[in-house]
Formats: sequence, structure tokens, C-alpha cells
Amino acid sequence: MQNNLFSHQNMKKITKSKGFSSFTAALLAIALGLVFGFIVMIIARPSNSIQGFSKVLFGGFSRIGDVFYFATPILMCGLSVGFAFKMGLFNIGASGQYTMGMFFALYVGFMWDLPDNIHWIVCVIAGLIGGLLWGLIPGIFKAIWNVNEVITSIMFNYIGMYLVDMWIQGNGTMYISSKTRTAYLPASAQMPSLGVRNSSVNISIFIAIAIAILLYVILEKTVFGYELKATGFNKFASKYAGMNDKRNTILTMAIAGALSGLGGAFAILAPSTIAGSSMTYEPISVIAPAGFNGIAVALLGSSHPIGIIFSAVFISHIQRGGTLTALYGYKPEIIDIVIAVIIYFSAFSLLMNTALGNFVKSHRRKRGQNTDGQESDFIEEKNNPIMETTRGENNSEILENTGSHVEVEHKIDEIVNHSEEA
Amino acid sequence: MDTLIYLIQNMLPVAIPLLLVALGGMFSERSGVINIGLEGIMLFGAFFGCMTVLLIQDSRINAQIILLIAMLVSALAGLLYSMLLSFAAVNMKADQTITGTAMNMLVPATILLFAKMNYNSDGITTSVAFYIQKVPGLSNIPIIGEMFFQKTYLTVYIGFLILIISAIVFYMTKFGLRLRACGEHPHAADSVGINVYRMRHSGVALSGILGGIGGFFYSVGVMDGNINGHTGVAGFGFLALAVMIFGQWKPWKIMFAALFFAFLRTLAYSTSLIPMFNKMDINQTYFKMMPYVATMVVLVFTSKKSRAPKAEGIPYDKSTR
Repeated sequence: MQNNLFSHQNMKKITKSKGFSSFTAALLAIALGLVFGFIVMIIARPSNSIQGFSKVLFGGFSRIGDVFYFATPILMCGLSVGFAFKMGLFNIGASGQYTMGMFFALYVGFMWDLPDNIHWIVCVIAGLIGGLLWGLIPGIFKAIWNVNEVITSIMFNYIGMYLVDMWIQGNGTMYISSKTRTAYLPASAQMPSLGVRNSSVNISIFIAIAIAILLYVILEKTVFGYELKATGFNKFASKYAGMNDKRNTILTMAIAGALSGLGGAFAILAPSTIAGSSMTYEPISVIAPAGFNGIAVALLGSSHPIGIIFSAVFISHIQRGGTLTALYGYKPEIIDIVIAVIIYFSAFSLLMNTALGNFVKSHRRKRGQNTDGQESDFIEEKNNPIMETTRGENNSEILENTGSHVEVEHKIDEIVNHSEEA
Repeated sequence: MDTLIYLIQNMLPVAIPLLLVALGGMFSERSGVINIGLEGIMLFGAFFGCMTVLLIQDSRINAQIILLIAMLVSALAGLLYSMLLSFAAVNMKADQTITGTAMNMLVPATILLFAKMNYNSDGITTSVAFYIQKVPGLSNIPIIGEMFFQKTYLTVYIGFLILIISAIVFYMTKFGLRLRACGEHPHAADSVGINVYRMRHSGVALSGILGGIGGFFYSVGVMDGNINGHTGVAGFGFLALAVMIFGQWKPWKIMFAALFFAFLRTLAYSTSLIPMFNKMDINQTYFKMMPYVATMVVLVFTSKKSRAPKAEGIPYDKSTR
């Protein structure tokens, strides 16, 4: 029985695992977001809604290169937000860090004269430093003065945006005031393209994926990662256990900032499809949307670095589809609405998921236990007192951390399995 | 003296949205729900307020009556929109910060979509002059008349009226006392028969009403009756949260905090008119950053002895403890 991969028990292990549960929760949130988007499209322009919606769903497939190009910055911002989430910090300041990283990369790209093959690498590192500094500040405020990082990072979004716009507008080499945008970056500062026709996709997507894997290793295999997650689960217990929460807070925010900063650098250093030009930045006093899309990406990927890779590609996919809906008279903002709704439902989809699961379970119970035989959930629940008592505690667990709820359930499953084997 | 009068005249219409929205945040947080979606609620109220103005501006109704009608519509819109938060936070026990962030993102996108598809612009532009040159009678009082009753908006007086009503509701009614109890110790409140869920719903609903009105007053007093999906309310919802924290979650202190922030902002936008600052030749962007930097400084000094409601941000569950 244990050897069979698809045995009932194994399947149940998979379906009850944390990963699977957050996967179905993400699917639920995505489905609700897309349905809402479809409804908005029907209201806005009923006659074209079917074609428009199918563009949202499938339009991205015709622009695979662009999907990966636009996925890179939001992947980095998603990693940034998700990494901070692991420690229980909400890094809403990814936008500011992204803008700051972009400015540092631009500055090195324009002002430093470096050999061709290392110029863009230095630009990327500069972007990392820029974001790091902008993430460090909210971390210090949190650690030393206990100021809520949400308010701090929102304020630093605005301060960073104004600062960058001012610095760019005040720099004659970087800014062309007649076109209200930055000048074209020298070719040496642009990242090597992957050679997909009509697309700016470049090697940064591979760097981003490598960083995601590196983060996974840090979180799962290092002491720092363990302390980080422990602090996220219960900061008082981890402090009692001797973990330096102040140092960890500052370090986490600095790393999160560096990740967003890299996102900004990747976005601006991408090669242009037209020879002799480059990506440009318009200082128009608007907060970069990439940071907020990063929140959606992180939530959908349930803050897991590998999950975030897929959710970033998905969000980028529907964004590309959204721009194509213009063919049917819609505007790309439709996707922002879908993303906002996805975030809204992500906030409690794990709970909804559990509720849905319980509903299905109770239905199965009503239909009779005979079909399910010995291993039905119903009998297990009844026979095992551990299950019952821990279930009761579960409800309170939901309060503190929606994630831990599923983990507890997973552990119970293990206990149950052990007792059965014995 | 002229400079001071000018600053005060311009400061009040800016202070009122901050004041109202911060009061809204206060009601929500003292009931135990963190409302970070105030920015979205403001914009939602402003959008419906401006739409109302747009629809009735061609009829021959007096401008101040139009303002009152639009204000009621924006209050209703804010109330309805805030129910998204109370449903998620109270009924579904969701993460309140994430829910608020989603609410903030939803409105600008909706406004841009609507305005681009219908008016081919980024927002809604109205053409009603809400400006009051002189309040009859009162404007003739020396100095005070000039400061408070000339070149102003009706929003200023409504704002202070709402402040007084809020303070009375907050401190002198059974409802206010119960609301505050739910934010400090919901289990104790529940044990004496107060319905915590209903109180939190009402707290968020009040913040929705005040947030909606505040948003419309922002578009009247700061944007001249227009609203734009790109710039939105320029972070006023977040600044209002800072005002609320600076005001220690208390109505009268919030008023002074709102006036302080509005003064900073007015100063930032009128540096070229003030000879002293004009001579110093500082980039105006530094002044524009000032309210945000001031927020940080203020938070550092107030965080040590913060009077934040104890139970804020924690969903209430009867079965615990």
C-alpha cells in the first residue's frame, strides 16, 4: 500500500499538504478574479465581451517572449514581498524600492563609463544597492523605534518617487525635457537579449529564477531562513528562544528591498526591440505599479519562492492578454481590476477553501460511508481522539496565521498515519 | 500678515479631508479593524460625488446645494465600498492589511477604465464653482472674517460640524463607549452582552461614510471638483492614517494633527509666493516631500507611548479564550 504512488493514503497526503491547499486556494482566488473581470467587461461593452475575455485568457500565448519579459520585474517584486511575508512583515514599499533600484541602475548606466561586457553587470548591482537602501530604512524604523512597517514603507514610496523624479529631471545627461523622458541608455548598459523576435526578453528572467531558487535554499536550508520563518510564526516564542529579532528584521527588509531594486534594474536595463534605442522612464509623479502587482504575485504564490515564479508568469500572461483586449475596445486597466480582486480574495481564500472542503466532506458523509470503506475521513475522524481535540484548537490557529492551520492539519495526518502503522 | 491669512485660507480646505478621513480611521480602529483601504474608499466616494456633480451640473440648482447632494451620494458610496472590508475582516476573519491594499488598487483601475471608455480621459472633470468668495455678514469681522469666511468652501464648515458630531458620538453616547470597548478588549465587551461583530461592522461603516465624504471634499477643496485615476487622492488616505496616529486616536487631537499636516502641505505648494522661501531657492520637490517626511518623524516620536487600541487588527473569534 505504501509503495503505490497513487494509493488512497498517498493521494490524501498530497491533497492535504500545505502546498496543495494553497494551490487550490490560489486557483479559487484567480477564478473569482477572472469571473469578476468578465462581469466588468460585460457591463462595459456587452457585444465584445466574449472575444475580449478570450484575449485575456489566451492572448498571452501569442506573445510568449513579452510574457517572460514583463514577468521578470513583478517576479522580483513578488519575491521581495513574499520574503518579507515569511517573517510576518508586509513590504508594501516594493514600489519605492523598485523605483530607487531603477534610478541607481540608470545613474550608473549614464554616468559611468565602463567596458562593454561589465557595464550592465555593474548597473544591475547598483540597482540592487539602491533597492537595498530603500528597504533598509523601514527595517531600521521597525527594529529600533517599532514603527509599523506598512505606514513607513508607504511614506517611503512617495518620498522615493519624488526624489527619483527630481534627481532625473535635474540631470542634463539623463533627462530630455522636451520629450519628458530619460535619454536612451548606451548599448553597453543594456542586458543581453535572448534573441526572440519583437520582444525585449533577456537573460534577466534566468537570473530572477536563479534568485528564486537561491531564496528557497536560504529559507529551507539555513539557520537564518529558519529563524526568519520561526519569527513569522510566533515572534515572542522565537525571541524567547534567543533569536535576534531586531537584526533579522533589518536584514529581511534589506534583502526584500534589494530584490525589488533588482526588479527595477531588470525593467529599465532590458534591451529595446528597436536598434539604437532603450527603455526609458517618465518622471510623472506616479507610484510604480510593479510593487503592488508584486503583492498579488506573492499572495498567489503563497510566499513560496518557487510558487512565486509561476504566479508571476501567470499575472504577466493575463496582463499581456489585457493589452490585447484593446482590439475590442477595452482598456488594459481591466487586468488591474482582476488583480485587485484576486488579492482581495487571496486574503481569505485559504479559509474559503477549508470551508469548501468541509462542505464537500460533509456531503460525502451524507451519501453514506459504504462507498468509501475503511479509510474514509469520517471514520478516521471519529475513531481518533487526537484528531478531534486538535481540530478544536485549529480554529484558534486560524486567527494567528492562516498558513499554520493547514500545517497543523498536515501534522495530524502524519500522527494518524503513524498510529495506524503501529 | 497677508501671507498668514493666505496660508490659513488655503490650509482649511486641505485640512478637512484629512480630518474627516482620520476620524473615519479612528472609528474603524477603535472598534478593532485596521482600515488601510481608506485611500480607496476616499477615491470611490470622490468618484461618485463627481459623477453626481457631472449629472446635475447643467440643471439650475445652486452650487452649494449640488455640493450637499453629491456629499450624500459620496457618503453612501463610501459606506457600500467599506462593506467589502467589514465583510472580509469581521465575517471572514481575513488579513485586514491585505484586504485594504486590494481595495486601494481596485478603485483607480475602475475609474481609469470607466473614464477612458466613456470620456476618453483619465478622470472626471466638472465645471461647478463651489468656491465661496465671501460669506455674507461674517466675512466683515476684522482678521477672523478674513481668515475663516473669505475665499473658502462650504466643505470647511461641514467638516467642523462633523468633527463636533463625531466627538459627541464618540465620548457621550452608549454606542461610542461600546465601540471603544470592542477595540480594547472584545472578549470583555462580549461577556457583558455587546455584539462585537455588529460594533465592528458599524465602526467600519462609519469610516466608510467619513472616508467617502472626505474623498469628495478632497476633490472639491484640492482638485477644484475634478478627479483623476492616475494621481487619485495623492496618498491622502495614508496621510490620514498618520494623522490619526499622531492624534493618538482621539477626535480633538486628530483635528490639530490634521491642521498641522495641512499647513505643511500648503506651505510646500506655495513656497514661490512666500518671499522668505523664494529667496532660499530650494527645489520645490523637497517641500512636496515634507508631509511624508514629517509623518516619519512624528511616528518615531509617538510610537514609544502609542495609545493604539489593543485589539486592532486581530479578528474577533468567540471560541478563543
